[in-house]
Amino acid sequence: MQYDPVFFSRMLTELTLSFHIIFATIGVGVPVMIALAEWRGIRTNDPHYLLLARRWTRGFVITVAVGVVTGTAIGLQLSLLWPSFMKIAGQAIALPLFLETFAFFIEAIFLGIYLYTWDRFKKKTTHLLLMIPIVIGSSASAFFITTLNAFMNTPRGFTLENGVIKNLQPLVAMFNPATPTKVSHVLASSYTTCALILAAIAAWQLLRGKDHVYHKKALKLTMTAAFVFAVSTAAIGDLSGKFLAKYQPEKLAAAEWHFETETHAPLILGGALDENNEVKYGISIPYMLSVLAHNDPGGKVIGLNDFPKDEWPPLVIHYLFNFKIASGMFLVLVGLLYLFRRRLSRTLEAPRWLLRMIVVAGPLAMLTIEVGWFFAELGRQPWILRGFMKVADAATTSDHVDMMLVLFCFLYLLLGFTVVRVLGKLFRKHDVFEEMITLGIEKGGRRP
Amino acid sequence: MSYELLGITVLWTFLYGYLIVASIDFGAGFFSYYSVITGQQNKIHKIIQRYLSPVWEVTNVFLIFFVVGIVGFFPHTAYYYGTALLIPGSVAVILLALRGSYYAFSTYGSKENRGYMLLYGATGLLIPASLSTVLTISEGGFIEERGGEVLFLWPKLLASPYSWSVVLLAIVSVLYISAMFLTYYAAKARDGNALEVVRGYALLWSSPTILSSFLVFLGIRTQNPRHFENMLDLYWMFVASFLCFLIAVYFIWKRRNYGWAFVLVMLQFAFAFYGYGAAHLPYVLYPYINIYGGFTNETMALTLVIAFIAGLLVLIPSMWLLLRLFLFDVGYVQGQKKG
Ligand code: HDD
Ligand code: HEM
Ligand code: HEM
Repeated sequence: MQYDPVFFSRMLTELTLSFHIIFATIGVGVPVMIALAEWRGIRTNDPHYLLLARRWTRGFVITVAVGVVTGTAIGLQLSLLWPSFMKIAGQAIALPLFLETFAFFIEAIFLGIYLYTWDRFKKKTTHLLLMIPIVIGSSASAFFITTLNAFMNTPRGFTLENGVIKNLQPLVAMFNPATPTKVSHVLASSYTTCALILAAIAAWQLLRGKDHVYHKKALKLTMTAAFVFAVSTAAIGDLSGKFLAKYQPEKLAAAEWHFETETHAPLILGGALDENNEVKYGISIPYMLSVLAHNDPGGKVIGLNDFPKDEWPPLVIHYLFNFKIASGMFLVLVGLLYLFRRRLSRTLEAPRWLLRMIVVAGPLAMLTIEVGWFFAELGRQPWILRGFMKVADAATTSDHVDMMLVLFCFLYLLLGFTVVRVLGKLFRKHDVFEEMITLGIEKGGRRP
Repeated sequence: MSYELLGITVLWTFLYGYLIVASIDFGAGFFSYYSVITGQQNKIHKIIQRYLSPVWEVTNVFLIFFVVGIVGFFPHTAYYYGTALLIPGSVAVILLALRGSYYAFSTYGSKENRGYMLLYGATGLLIPASLSTVLTISEGGFIEERGGEVLFLWPKLLASPYSWSVVLLAIVSVLYISAMFLTYYAAKARDGNALEVVRGYALLWSSPTILSSFLVFLGIRTQNPRHFENMLDLYWMFVASFLCFLIAVYFIWKRRNYGWAFVLVMLQFAFAFYGYGAAHLPYVLYPYINIYGGFTNETMALTLVIAFIAGLLVLIPSMWLLLRLFLFDVGYVQGQKKG
């Protein structure tokens, strides 16, 4: 095969972002959960919740470290792999990038303080207060970086004259039409995912027969949060669909294999395309696409044939979109079932089949984040700045991108492998029950 | 002051900040490893860990800030450096990634192990070496634009004595700055054993630092005569730098004023670094990018400056809190408060 720097730059960007997003999601969502647990612990004077916050934090710092180093990698790679893009777009999007670093700064500083001051203040709430800048800092970094991604989808706030940006309005560029739905969907999905992952850990412990009330409380807290977040994620996802219908119709059309512009458009699930772009074997739900796009069964949905063929996004995103919706429904369902059971039985017990579903839901949510991003980013193809610059014109011309791709593959493999091992060791070393005895929450004796 | 000058000053200040905090961190990593292999671990290892643990992530942000800032204020630098630096840049990123994550793995995770320590010690010297080549490249002569393509002249860089003298200076000053800081920190912790060891390191690395700075100074003369001339015009800054060096080393030698000694070290590097930078102007990459031609549009510049000031208003109190809790809190420094 012939060496093509554009291809390899894409692969390397995909690789780094897919790896980073795992840790970024944890970085955004877990502080919220830690704050919730510590807050409940102080409010109800329940040492179990405080211990929960402590143990989550211990794992969290390790994932933060990987988030930081992979984020640093992207920060540099954006310039190394997409120099032409950064030269043009850098003038328009420097503001959110710049602000993001301040958000990191704040987060980093207060995390450093939070970690080393568990017992240093007289009032317990002082320590909890430190969590506020951490939560704000990490959510703000997600906010800023996502406005940048939103800008790539719907660039606004400038005019381009001979490759030079003129009449720039930085705030208009930042608050472009994609920003509201994109930012809120990214934040809500991060919170959902983290709540579910922590829930999955608690459920896993219960399944393994560690029948301590500590795990049950953890499950209650995380599942309640997960349900609220999952419902908001799905609701905002619906709004994202409406956003696409209005501002990026080609993405929605490709996701739905919708070729002819029409009213009363059906929603297609699954299926396959033949050579004439006819849909086969798919399940078709009448009017549903019009409802998704406009809240109106008679709404007109623009089809792909209205766009030149070389500007069509890849049609595989159909499956990614389907996967995402299915997964979104499943996650809401799991939360609903848990809360429903709890209402009925009025205890903290959960049946084994439900625990198993929760164990699946955690990793599934993370997978959905990946799939969601692949859907959104592939759906922007072939543009890097929609309507202004194509991906092929933005990449580096350097000779060695393939070699770098291999190097980074090794790096991420190594980091991924070690982080799992270190986390595993950490929790085995600090057994919950023993820790409770040390802290005086439990008296020792019978091990549950 | 023009926006261009303001922008580059802000960036240079962050790079200076990174130079100091990162040197402490890099050097500490090396000393920490060295103490393990020479069996002096129990003397200085604890001190190093106690200082580094709360601040390592902050160090990294200084670098990010610089990179983001330079692309923001001077988007053309992304184009030239980005194209040319794919390999050294990626290597530096990989080293930074290994260092940061393995530090966290060994500090917050499982027990310390020798492999992690070696990695931590070695990267502490390799990273400054690879980052410092960016400064070498900025002198010109290693990047060429031919027919719209930006080429990086590898062999020339590797064969250049100037480039190697910069690498040498980077490594040596990392060890020097770090040892000077640790001396101050150990004195503050009233840890006599550790103090003896790190004080020795500080004195040991002082003369190589000044010698290699001299080499670099002379090297610039052949590499970029224009830059050299400008530096001569600013000779007082380099003299001031040298004086600070002398007094700092004198204090350490006499075992007094450790705090002031470290302030003087910071001043020593501030004078030299700003002198070097000011003389480099108006070029960011000689002769392709100067701060006037490669500048972003005015609206963005103004916005960035406003954002920067707003950011500082939040940042400075937070930094102060961090330092108060961990650097200036005698109880913590002495290890009575474990946190
Ligand atoms: C746990 C994760 C998760 C879940 C359950 C959902 N999403 Fe999502 N979705 C994301 C995680 C995500 C994401 C990873 O965060 C994306 C990728 C890019 C983005 O902006 O957010 C995304 C993007 C995204 C987009 C593209 C937006 C754009 O390109 O501007 C649409 C239309 C939807 N989602 C719609 C939905 C619907 C209708 C859901 C309902 C059930 C749903 N999402 C659940
Ligand atoms: C907010 C931040 C993000 C920014 C600024 C961003 C930026 C970019 C850039 C510059 C490219 C290369 C150009 C292109 O191929 O279109 C790209 C492509 C891509 N990104 Fe994103 N990205 C972001 C988030 C993500 C995340 C979190 C993921 C994955 C989990 C992701 C997945 C991809 C994929 C799969 C491609 C390649 C599409 C292709 O060319 O085949 N992106 N992105
Ligand atoms: C092009 C895209 C991206 C770039 C350039 C980028 C850059 C970075 C950098 C430089 C860091 C390290 C900061 C530090 O030293 O503290 C980082 C970490 C982080 N990133 Fe990304 N990032 C990108 C995509 C994303 C996305 C899509 C999200 C979230 C939705 C995100 C959220 C975060 C968070 C929360 C952290 C903090 C790490 C933690 O606390 O775990 N980033 N990112």
